[in-house]
Amino acid sequence: MRALNRKLLRDLMRLRGVVMAIALVLMGGVSTFIMSLSTYDSLVLTQAKYYRDYRFAQVFASLKRAPNSLARRLLDIPGIEKVETRVVAAVNLDIPGFDDPASGQLVSVPDRGKSRFNDLYVRRGRTVDPSRDDEVVISESFANAHQFRPGDTLSATINGRRKALTIVGIVLSPEYIYEIQPGSVFPDYKRYGILWMARAPLAAAYDLEGAFNDVALSLAAGANLDDVLDRLDELLRPYGGRGAYGRHDQLSHKFLAEEFGQLETMATVFPVIFLGVAAFLLNVVIGRLINTEREQIAILKAFGYGNAEIGWHYTKLALLIVAVGLAGGVAVGILLGKGMSAVYQDFYRFPFLEYELKPAVVINAALVAVAAGMAGTLFSVARAVRLPPAEGMRPETPPEYRATLVERIGLQRWFAQPTRMIMRHIERRPLRALLTVIGIASACGVVMVSNFQEDAINYMINVQYGMSSREDLAVNFVEPTSARALHSLRGLTGVTHVEGFRNVPVRLHFEHRSFRTALQGVEPDGDLYRVLDKDQKRIKLPAAGVVMTDYLAKILGMKPGDWVTVEVLEHSEPVLRAAGVARPRTFQFADVLAASQPALRIPLVAVTKQYLGVSAYLQRDALNRLLQEGDVINGAFIATDSRHQSEVYTRLKEMPRVSGTVVREAAIAQFNQTMEQMILFFTMVSAVLGAVIAFGVVYNSARIALSERGRELASLRVLGFTVGEIAYILLGELALLTLMALPLGFMLGRALCAYLVSQFESDLYRIPLIIESDAYSFATMVILVSAVVSGFLVWRRLRQLDLIAVLKTRE
Amino acid sequence: MSTTEANGVVFQARGLTKVYDMGQVQVHALRGVDLDLYSGELLVLLGASGSGKSTLLNILGGLDTATAGHVLYRDRELTTASDSELTEYRRHHVGFVFQFYNLIPSLTARENVAAVTEITRDAMAPEQALAMVGLGERVDHFPAQLSGGEQQRVAIARAIAKRPSVLLCDEPTGALDSTTGVVVLEVLERVNRELGTTTALITHNADIAAMADRVVRLADGRIVDVQRNIKKKPARELRW
Repeated sequence: MRALNRKLLRDLMRLRGVVMAIALVLMGGVSTFIMSLSTYDSLVLTQAKYYRDYRFAQVFASLKRAPNSLARRLLDIPGIEKVETRVVAAVNLDIPGFDDPASGQLVSVPDRGKSRFNDLYVRRGRTVDPSRDDEVVISESFANAHQFRPGDTLSATINGRRKALTIVGIVLSPEYIYEIQPGSVFPDYKRYGILWMARAPLAAAYDLEGAFNDVALSLAAGANLDDVLDRLDELLRPYGGRGAYGRHDQLSHKFLAEEFGQLETMATVFPVIFLGVAAFLLNVVIGRLINTEREQIAILKAFGYGNAEIGWHYTKLALLIVAVGLAGGVAVGILLGKGMSAVYQDFYRFPFLEYELKPAVVINAALVAVAAGMAGTLFSVARAVRLPPAEGMRPETPPEYRATLVERIGLQRWFAQPTRMIMRHIERRPLRALLTVIGIASACGVVMVSNFQEDAINYMINVQYGMSSREDLAVNFVEPTSARALHSLRGLTGVTHVEGFRNVPVRLHFEHRSFRTALQGVEPDGDLYRVLDKDQKRIKLPAAGVVMTDYLAKILGMKPGDWVTVEVLEHSEPVLRAAGVARPRTFQFADVLAASQPALRIPLVAVTKQYLGVSAYLQRDALNRLLQEGDVINGAFIATDSRHQSEVYTRLKEMPRVSGTVVREAAIAQFNQTMEQMILFFTMVSAVLGAVIAFGVVYNSARIALSERGRELASLRVLGFTVGEIAYILLGELALLTLMALPLGFMLGRALCAYLVSQFESDLYRIPLIIESDAYSFATMVILVSAVVSGFLVWRRLRQLDLIAVLKTRE
Repeated sequence: MSTTEANGVVFQARGLTKVYDMGQVQVHALRGVDLDLYSGELLVLLGASGSGKSTLLNILGGLDTATAGHVLYRDRELTTASDSELTEYRRHHVGFVFQFYNLIPSLTARENVAAVTEITRDAMAPEQALAMVGLGERVDHFPAQLSGGEQQRVAIARAIAKRPSVLLCDEPTGALDSTTGVVVLEVLERVNRELGTTTALITHNADIAAMADRVVRLADGRIVDVQRNIKKKPARELRW
């Protein structure tokens, strides 16, 4: 081995503390990078494979009732490849030992052969026997929530008749990766489940023999989705079609797409920050390390080593450090990535997981790390070789210090010499001090982000459920019903207050934009449901006109005063039929419709600040008038007396017209529970990585400062300074820089959170930028602990300073 | 004309000037030095601290460049040479010995020498060079395990292993006691005699001047005196 390579290895051994600290920071950056991106890629791959293997449909439509023969006509629509008709129905469930109201969706499985679409993955047990009318398979989330096993029974109220059902299997479906009850924002697996049963008995129960009320379809290659949807709507309208939609409006897919979108943001923003900070540190630290080699560089130059050879020599040093960090980072990243993917697999209930680490991810991490390491090295080497060797071998001329600003303005008498040394040192190398501050501040910012989500979500829930939506229960009726139904609800023991509402699925159009949502007709002076402005003050619903969620107005590009066009998507007899307005680009239909049915237009009066979902609100009377119907509701908000809650539940279950009940508190608790494990894992990872960064910055700064100033400090020891006093000079500077970094870190953390919040904005929810004091104190604690630990490690080294060496050698 | 002068001129310096710019002050290290160095000669540069002798040596060795004037090494112009030309010059032609040895601490004696022999052509084996300085037994010791005199002899072995045509020594005994210093000087004397290496040696110790062929005195950046020793004193007889 060449002598210089030997030097390299021995230098690495000698510097192992610093090498490990640098490698650790890089490891943090690389492992986050690998973890996040591989998790994201794995989930996307798994989802795609799941969708493909289990034939997730591309178009969905539900309707009131159509004969099976209509399926043939659907196939005639250009662009449609395959069709499968189904029977889907809402049911109330009665679960042994569970008093709360529970509801679900019954979906038919074909009598013969496999489903064409949305195939079931049987986790346990078997699929239903088509000849049996009492067998069901249930979704895994629902099964787990109640610890159902194949063989267990539950009863369901199917079309008003109570029926005992035997669970024969536990399944997963690509159609219900997210199982969310219509009208609810969070999944609640205890109170809402998906059940599948044979088609014939299900159809019989709902008078749908020889007919269907739901259809799933796939598109031929190159088909235009919008055209297909228009034609489907046209064809299904006479049969009470509720508006066909593509995957992007399918509830489960939509939630998943939103989550994946967020994951993608997390998977790019975070690792890039981490890797960026790690690269920055690598650059700074390696640069300073090379600076301490200034004399050796001069010797090598004196003996005729060329600049390129010296540059390559130190590049190898940097590359070895990078290699250690990179190897560790990739290994830890894969480990964490697999763990994280498993958490998500469980969360989304994917039947399998395809873990994927794209080579490009590793290559990118390596490129960034290598580039940062080499840049730091070469920059410092270039500076070192620029000096004539004669100068390089001399000790650096005493740097020019001067009285600091604090002293110049006459405050020096307040400071002892060591404190002046600290201040002068910082002022002499402001850039270096700034880099250290930025490094520590980034660590602080990263830790803050880890904590902020929880605060924000709590705030969100508090506003949504504490101030706006204050009911204890919300019930939905099977069909629009006369408002007289409210009387029977009011009559229930334990019900203290009832307010009816009327919801109707619509597609809203403004200019060239459109959005599928619901118009919500609520009581203008209601106590249970209140529409709030951005200051959480109640907005009075106008007698005419609509109030929209701010985010919906943004999607549609509307401002108060604009008129929105409403396309009602509810199956309807002419009485309820309102307007059909075509989506853009389908002029032939638009023309026809415009001629036959006047478009329904309403002014936007105000916007409401909402964090969850998007809706448009108006007075229920106004909506009834708009739909040309009488005093009609299709659900109610209920306040209950907690002492009689279970009685209310029991009575509600007995009401055949009630199709689903949402218990607010339970939904929130369930949501918190599911979020907790995700957030906990995330918080832990970011806190650890933030700590690693902080430790890396402080420890490396201190170690290198020690090697740069060791002689100076040892001289002071010779002069009679104690270890504590010289530690004050060295570590006091770092303590000062750490304290200076905290406010900057808070700002950085806030900016990062703001960025994430803007990236996370979706029609499902918008996270408010709420950072409570605990996020600040947690970040402060992580930074200070890291700083203290590295300070302690350096202090131990200060005790071992060789005093004799200072006296013997030159300077 | 002496024998060494007949062998030809190795260095020819004319009007050599060096000014260090130290911010507010300018330091004139050399103020127009004219000097010739002859092949095989052992030259001692004598002068007080700050007289400019190190600057002169550094410029001759290609470690530094002059502000004005010329230096010719054989027929090569050093004052206008590029960084890579100076590197090539130092690599193949010059051996340095410094006051503080400047060994690479993480390499053993042998490896310190090898670090230099690996990049030159026609070098001695490191062991041979170390044997020449009387350290044949201590080749695998690290600098920290060697005494000052031994370290300086490793430095000399490192400088001569490439068979340089000039050996430039800056206060080689400056950090050593006189007994050890004499041992080091004996090694330098032997290298000069046996390998015929042109040697320039800087010292502020006038006693050492007795071993030189010629003694050049510098003061305040100028040559103030050049003296030829008719009879050289062997290094082992030197005392201070």
